[in-house]
Amino acid sequence: MTRIVGHVLILAAVLFFLGLIGVLVRRNIVFMLLSIEIMFNAAGLAFVAAGARWAKPDGQIMFIFIVSMAAAEVSVALALVLQMHHRLKILDTDAAKSLRG
Amino acid sequence: MNILFYMASIVAVIATLMVILEFNPVHALLYLIVSLLSLAVIFFLLGAPFAAALEVIIYAGAIMVLFVFVVMMLNLGPRSADEERSWHPARVWFGPFLLSAALLAELLFVLRGGGGAGFGEVSPEEVGIALFGPYLLATELASMLLLSGLIGAYHLGRGYGEARRHEPGPVEESTP
Repeated sequence: MTRIVGHVLILAAVLFFLGLIGVLVRRNIVFMLLSIEIMFNAAGLAFVAAGARWAKPDGQIMFIFIVSMAAAEVSVALALVLQMHHRLKILDTDAAKSLRG
Repeated sequence: MNILFYMASIVAVIATLMVILEFNPVHALLYLIVSLLSLAVIFFLLGAPFAAALEVIIYAGAIMVLFVFVVMMLNLGPRSADEERSWHPARVWFGPFLLSAALLAELLFVLRGGGGAGFGEVSPEEVGIALFGPYLLATELASMLLLSGLIGAYHLGRGYGEARRHEPGPVEESTP
């Protein structure tokens, strides 16, 4: 049982790393948001695995908080993507450097 | 029981890799949904059925639908029909279909009574009691966060709608 928890943590690390690569490599802002979602999921997976190791509900509660934070973040970020596409006609994050604060 | 977990994790890693490598946003969303479903299977095997249900309902249901809405809104235009036609060939949905068929096989096996990875199941009742007991303050903070996200999305989206409504104005004035 402990061995499986260790493997779940390895899987969470791999998924988090894949999401990090996606954020660093991709320039389309929609794909960057998807990669951020992958990283949230990896963190939630680690929490749920830790909660299952001691059979306590705390890990699932942290997962619920992660989901609510992801919902708030996605709603605001997608509204920003719509604004960016409307003003710049492009989804390239390098094009947004013309905002200049 | 271990083989179920390893199958689901292989599906999750392949689907996540395809999310990063894919160029079409809709295909990437398909693969991400498969990845979320495989994570839900892993949550179920870890004895967390409530987290698995939340993963399917909120993540794969609500948040991914938001993404689909925005992708569809951004693709509006004369070339959207051609793109719609090009989204349908079999090789596009064959990968996600294969991966989610593996998940379906696992689900059927678990439902026939072969499941469980030896973890004690934490029921939704315990989660709810802890959520509104010791974690009450954090729950209130999460509700405040959701409210602020709602207000922020409303503010940004309202500006978008007004700008779109005013956009055809000068064009109509210049045509006559």
